[in-house]
Amino acid sequence: MPMDEIALDHAHDDHDHKPGFFKRWLFSTNHKDIGTLYLIFAMIAGIVGYTLSGLIRWELAEPGIGVLTRFVAGEGDVAIQNAKHFYNAVITYHGLIMIFFMVMPALIGGFGNWFVPLMIGAPDMAFPRMNNISLWLTVAAFILACISMTIPGGSAGNGFAGGWVLYPPLSSTTGHPGPAMDVLILSLHVAGISSILGAINFIVTILNMRAPGMTLHKMPLFAWGVLVTAVLLLLSLPVLAAALTMLLTDRNFGSQFFNPAGGGDPVMFQHLFWFFGHPEVYIMILPAFGIISHIVSTFSKKPIFGYLGMAYAMVSIGVIGFVVWAHHMYTVGMDVDLKAYFVAATMVIAVPTGIKIFSWIATMWGGSIEFKVPMLWAIGFIFLFTVGGVTGVVLANAGIDHSLHDTYYVVAHFHYVLSLGAVFGLFAGWYYWFEKMFGIKYNGFLGGLHFWLMFIGSNVLFFPQHFLGLQGMPRRYIDYADGFATWHQISSIGYAITMVATLVFFIGLAEALIRRRKGVGNPWGEGATTLEWTLSSPPPFHQFNELPHVTTKGGH
Amino acid sequence: MRHILAALSAALFAAPAFAAIPRDGALGMQPAATRIAERIHHFHTFLLWIIIPITIFVLVLLLYVMVRHNSRSNPTPRKFSHNTLIEVIWTVVPALILVAIASQSFPNLYYQDVPPNLQKVQDKANKLLADGKSGEYERFTKEYNPEAAAKGFVNVKAQGNQWNWTYTYPDITDDAGYPLEFVSNPLQVGLSTDSKEGVRNLSVDYPMVVPAGRYVRYYTAAADVIHSFAVPAFGIKTDAVPGRLNEGWFLVDEPGVYYGQCSELCGVNHAFMPIEVRVVPQEQFDRWAQLMLAGEYDAATASVQSIASIEPATKYAAITE
Repeated sequence: MPMDEIALDHAHDDHDHKPGFFKRWLFSTNHKDIGTLYLIFAMIAGIVGYTLSGLIRWELAEPGIGVLTRFVAGEGDVAIQNAKHFYNAVITYHGLIMIFFMVMPALIGGFGNWFVPLMIGAPDMAFPRMNNISLWLTVAAFILACISMTIPGGSAGNGFAGGWVLYPPLSSTTGHPGPAMDVLILSLHVAGISSILGAINFIVTILNMRAPGMTLHKMPLFAWGVLVTAVLLLLSLPVLAAALTMLLTDRNFGSQFFNPAGGGDPVMFQHLFWFFGHPEVYIMILPAFGIISHIVSTFSKKPIFGYLGMAYAMVSIGVIGFVVWAHHMYTVGMDVDLKAYFVAATMVIAVPTGIKIFSWIATMWGGSIEFKVPMLWAIGFIFLFTVGGVTGVVLANAGIDHSLHDTYYVVAHFHYVLSLGAVFGLFAGWYYWFEKMFGIKYNGFLGGLHFWLMFIGSNVLFFPQHFLGLQGMPRRYIDYADGFATWHQISSIGYAITMVATLVFFIGLAEALIRRRKGVGNPWGEGATTLEWTLSSPPPFHQFNELPHVTTKGGH
Repeated sequence: MRHILAALSAALFAAPAFAAIPRDGALGMQPAATRIAERIHHFHTFLLWIIIPITIFVLVLLLYVMVRHNSRSNPTPRKFSHNTLIEVIWTVVPALILVAIASQSFPNLYYQDVPPNLQKVQDKANKLLADGKSGEYERFTKEYNPEAAAKGFVNVKAQGNQWNWTYTYPDITDDAGYPLEFVSNPLQVGLSTDSKEGVRNLSVDYPMVVPAGRYVRYYTAAADVIHSFAVPAFGIKTDAVPGRLNEGWFLVDEPGVYYGQCSELCGVNHAFMPIEVRVVPQEQFDRWAQLMLAGEYDAATASVQSIASIEPATKYAAITE
């Protein structure tokens, strides 16, 4: 925050008229309640997605097919054949659920809903009822995705088993004639509508409902992150919706968009998908960038270094994110000059990303750092995101990507930026705002234990996958050549460590809920300068009935 | 320089077949068998020299601020939030590093992505020799092989099917003019009926065979869904997309067995459609092709089980391990 001093001019209203249970939680129009519901939803979806990844690591712990056979029908070779399909379905739904129903609802729906209005001094979101629609459409979409897992996909079994990228012809009737793919398309359409509505809501809220005196250039970076994210969602999701609709009509109404026999082109789907898909990865990380900025500033007790540079770094990452999509498709047979363009454009993203990393460190420089739990997660984030970032620079080079494309190197790279980036940002925000949201204190020891177990576990899990990828281990393989065994086994041990970490997370949550240590308005002291810390914990049901006036003394 | 005539005499001595297979616990890439892969290795090493120091630099900075600027060692935080010089530095320096990376990246990309014009390769080599530029000639022949260029391309088409590969040699035809074409099935598909022979999950019944020291141009196509033809030791990966004919090239000097696997999710048996490429001396290749054309698949495959070596001293020594 560029503000050195915030002058507040509002009275706490004591008359919180909370509606009854059903009205409050099912028909909720309150941004904080909706935020809480999103967080609970993301937790449930996260457990599902995390369990699916557990099945993957369990199966891959040793060469051969011997684990997933227990979860499918049949005996002996029949079970093995079914397990192969099941494995592909598991990796598909793991990806989709983690992206659409865990990270996005948690970061945007959860923290975005909770803290964007609080941080910009608004009483609520611009369209509270639309907010409610977004929430329940997400839930409906998740239920549809779960249903699609259990209905026939192809001749080989239930669910769609063609990867989260949904490439035709594997996702058309050639590869998956069953209804699972149609239901999955419906699910993603519904999730997309939910996200578009949510994006509109955030854009309107941020552009129109900032407190008097809060110009865009004084707006907290988390709100900046959500604003850029919302614009990315608004511009990219319609393209996904178009691609999905074409796929749907190809499947059901005889159109030939992606069918070469009818004059279509499967690669066109990939272009459309990644025109959405690449901004999507920034959609998942930009809100986390914002959260990390606040945490680093708060616990260093220093204003954010290079505030404007940080804000516009996010804007430029968002803009460039729209012109680099085909770096996911270097091997499809593009013209070499086109590849060269995408190499250049992709590498440019390293510059604003570097600005963010160095600005976080400069924020800590000269500070008086307190290693509270959120700060541990934030520092972990900065380092691990750097690791994921530099492997991104490697992959940006088409010449090397020809070797590494669709290998475990890519898996390692995007899990470093998402599983260890976005998810670390998520946990950082969770501990940072836990007391604010729920009015109770978490147990610092359990929070720290959670961090260290997760840090160690996820590194043991994902770092060896770089080596697998370099040796040529392809992605999405239920069984592998014996030469890949050692690193797969170590990777699976890493997963087991993260399981303990996740258990500690839930123990910490339960402990806090049982003990109910009463929280205070601002537990973090002088470093916490954004508006949410001027309110009680939890904040009143309706806040800022009289708008706060934001003034800046000094300047930046 | 490859001395083919000398090599053919050496081919009489059957040496152990070199195999490029995934090595357990390995940290890096499979040994390079082509100049393409060799250049990828060099470029990757160059990148490691950039990304590892950057990562360590960030780690050291983080550790430094954590030690020197924490609440115990520095109770009063400073209040600065700007420093134009440092901001310019950390924008410009990464940009310069990227320019350095690009200066290696683009030549590499164009080298591997554009099949060489063999006529131009010969012309340029002849011109360099005629002009007496021996140093330049040495450098040129490191990237291109004029002797191989004189023999033209060996063309192979790899068609991905659910779940095997069909290899077609359009230039090797029988008396009726039909090209040599055969299906290459995996020996293992994860079932109890699997063959116990070969390298598990990598070996096939009838491998793709190409001559050593020849320019190979491969095409990829697909019959049903998207597949991807990849051989890590060659540094190649090209998607096989229905309705498209993609192409690529490679030249392997070292006879041996090289393995790859389908690299685009293609359904139930995606993990079980391996690629086995046997690179053999020209003579052995010709014999294999004749047997295949005659329909003697097993005899042909047996004829390439033991691969004759061309040169005892190898350029890519690592493969022989």
